[in-house]
Amino acid sequence: MSKNTVNIIIDGVEIEAQEGQTILQAADDAGVYIPRLCYLKGLIPGGHCRVCTVKVNGRPASSCTFPVSEGLVIENDTEELTTLRRTVVEMLFAEGNHVCPACEASGNCELQAMAYRLGMLAVTLPFLRKPRELDATHPDVFIDRDRCILCGRCARASEAEGKRVFGFEGRGINKRIAVDGEHGLKETDLKAADRAARACPTGCLRLKRIGWKVPVGQRQYDTTPIGSDIEQKQPVG
Amino acid sequence: MSDDYRKVVQEIVAKFGKDRKRLMDIARAVHAKTGHISEEIVGAIADALGCHRVEVRDMTSFYAFFSREPKGATTIRLCNAVVERMKGMDAVANAFEETLGIRFGETTPDGLISLEYTPCIGMSDQAPAALVNGKVLTNIRPEDVKSIVDAVRSGKLHDGGIVSVKSVESNLQQAGPVIFAPFERGAGIRKALSMSPEDVINEMNKARVRGRGGAGFPLAMKWSFCRKAEGEAHYVVCNGDEGEPGTFKDRVILTECPDLMFEGMTIAGYAVGAKQGFFYLRGEYEYLLPYLEQVLAKRRRMGLLGENVCGAEGFDFDIRIQMGAGAYICGEESALIESLEGKRGAPRDRPPFPVQKGYLDRPTSVNNVETLCCAARIMEHGAEWFSSMGTKDSTGTKLLSISGDCQAPGVYEVEYGITVEKVLEMVGATDAQAVQIGGPSGQCIAPKDFGRSICFEDLPTGGSTIIFGKDRDLLACMESFLEFFVEESCGWCAPCRAGTTFLKMQFEKLLQGRGTREDLKKLEETANTVKFMSRCGLGQTAPNPVLTTLRNFPALYEARIQPDDFIPAFDLKEALKEACSITGQKPHDVEV
Ligand SMILES: Cc1cc2nc3c(=O)[nH]c(=O)nc-3n(C[C@H](O)[C@H](O)[C@H](O)COP(=O)(O)O)c2cc1C
Ligand code: SF4
Ligand code: SF4
Ligand code: FES
Repeated sequence: MSKNTVNIIIDGVEIEAQEGQTILQAADDAGVYIPRLCYLKGLIPGGHCRVCTVKVNGRPASSCTFPVSEGLVIENDTEELTTLRRTVVEMLFAEGNHVCPACEASGNCELQAMAYRLGMLAVTLPFLRKPRELDATHPDVFIDRDRCILCGRCARASEAEGKRVFGFEGRGINKRIAVDGEHGLKETDLKAADRAARACPTGCLRLKRIGWKVPVGQRQYDTTPIGSDIEQKQPVG
Repeated sequence: MSDDYRKVVQEIVAKFGKDRKRLMDIARAVHAKTGHISEEIVGAIADALGCHRVEVRDMTSFYAFFSREPKGATTIRLCNAVVERMKGMDAVANAFEETLGIRFGETTPDGLISLEYTPCIGMSDQAPAALVNGKVLTNIRPEDVKSIVDAVRSGKLHDGGIVSVKSVESNLQQAGPVIFAPFERGAGIRKALSMSPEDVINEMNKARVRGRGGAGFPLAMKWSFCRKAEGEAHYVVCNGDEGEPGTFKDRVILTECPDLMFEGMTIAGYAVGAKQGFFYLRGEYEYLLPYLEQVLAKRRRMGLLGENVCGAEGFDFDIRIQMGAGAYICGEESALIESLEGKRGAPRDRPPFPVQKGYLDRPTSVNNVETLCCAARIMEHGAEWFSSMGTKDSTGTKLLSISGDCQAPGVYEVEYGITVEKVLEMVGATDAQAVQIGGPSGQCIAPKDFGRSICFEDLPTGGSTIIFGKDRDLLACMESFLEFFVEESCGWCAPCRAGTTFLKMQFEKLLQGRGTREDLKKLEETANTVKFMSRCGLGQTAPNPVLTTLRNFPALYEARIQPDDFIPAFDLKEALKEACSITGQKPHDVEV
């Protein structure tokens, strides 16, 4: 063990982690998949979705924000946690308005893929059906807030690239994703090539004119479950 | 936009040194002048500060006291906390609606008065109460409403123009030896300055004093972590957000002995090595601000604040009061710090803790008002004196804010370890069916538990104590708590943002007698998910009204459950009524 590494235990298996990493990053490197929605590699974590919640020494914590330290004992792939995560994913479905069969993101959508992975069969919570605004003012990008899960990835990506195109607005159940323009996205300096325009896990923030290019059935999660890329990785060390 | 707005904004922003961190003060000052913060005003603030409009909107749209649309010149905010409802809020609300000819959420056509509801404003002992442009009216009766409205209309409200309605009483019912005993200004500070900061912390350790804000974290440990953490500067924050429904003990401290609290903050500053302290005061207590500023000014004159405090070479310390703007979550320490930095009050993930990375990512010790008062007293009288009171793990006294069905609501200073029974006797509550310990985020206990004691080892509490008499519909009271959490969830994380709403919907279905055993199971599952998965203490405790009554009052639930396997969430016949009447079909054609 070099001096910058620590050992942690995930589901009974000891893995080596780099000091300064979060639990989720260390698990990724070791080929252990922890479900997540609002984490995006390279961005500071936001801690919004809580789907990455694990038990750290017996207590719940979001693995995308929790730093590793020597000897942490972590539970990840347990029935208890899968059930809790599934219920949160179900809440996201019922909170928004997700019509998968008609959504351009279907098959590439991380929310949908997560529901499959966690074994969600139907939404049993009452749909909220709150009105949300659509913004199609930008020439190349549109926002359909019905599909927004408020993961903040667009906002953090934008900040990371030195802009501030997105932010939040309102609080509680009335919180929405907001843009840095008085009358919509067209007044912002968002470019289609920005990472922020491509950071969205769902069908909310999409590029125009590329819809349905890849047919349903051949999309990313149509063929492999979400998380496969990480699980196929060879463990480090 | 009108150039007037732009000018107003520019002047205010300049007054606060174009400092982005002071956005709370800027937004408050602008709102006080313009009555709202529209998108145009958001843009003007952003321009004047040289930041993005989305940042300003992000912040201003978060706080309940900032309105996006123009409102009446005066906003009457009637408190709709559970105790106010118990004490006749509905009749007062009706009187307002009738007198003004508008509904809640509306503004009179002449643009003079808006009516709104607001969660607990810290007056449960004098309910029903309302906030009128910063002024607090208490013990309002329906027959007072007309004179209130007349006084607002004639502009006399703020110069004592109404006599029939009371303003806030201190309502200290029982003083104890720690908080409400006579004290000499500066005695605690001088004692502290005669010792090393480490020894001051050690004295707190010997006193075994724990935080009074709810979590009960040992004070000495917090100060010691903060002192040892590296940073360009260290800060002390006193948490006066007091938003838990049913609590008002900080209000009484701030009325009776704010000096003691400022004394405690100064000692904290010395102990952790801070030069700057912040006192975060909830927006609802704005009426106390002028008095508190006077007290601070006096302390500066007396050399108890400022450079070389009490003549101690090199110990400089001062305090700034930061007002809030209507957000319960800003009582959570990391959300409070975000708010202090001029942002929305969204909590942070931990670690790092505020003692490591707090205000401006520098080591910050956040403490409750009452905790800091204890610290000042411990300096004055010593650890032994303090720890001789209370129990082994809960030393000293505790302030209880007692309201609801009892003869003498108010603040009581009691020794830790007192039983609930004793408390009920003390306040003259003879027919309690339940007591809410620690407010909605705490627990609802039944008579079988009245023999238990108030202390960290048994029934911990921030002080809110709400008594429900035998005729109250207890589950309806719990519903109002759930509604509170829906309103106050910050919305940052999914399980709390969405989960609190689902919890309330599922609970309502049960209350309406439309729930089955299956629904009860679902309700419990939602409650457990919100509790386990939420990011901060708000979400982690929001399901407690459900979970603790499920545990302590199962019969109330059994009584409302239907024997059917499944009942839809809505009444199908009722929902189809309109369509049926339009198409001329008979509703009974629908199979339910
Ligand atoms: C939703 C929420 C609201 C809170 N409100 C308050 C409050 O109004 N006052 C307070 O002192 N602590 C409050 N707390 C606790 C603070 O986060 C923090 O623990 C406390 O201020 C620390 O001070 P203490 O150690 O002196 O108790 C709240 C916590 C949560 C989760
Ligand atoms: S628009 Fe997409 S990326 Fe942005 S917060 Fe919503 S779901 Fe997340
Ligand atoms: S638990 Fe609630 S209040 Fe706390 S961060 Fe999550 S949404 Fe905000
Ligand atoms: S991935 Fe960790 S909270 Fe969303």
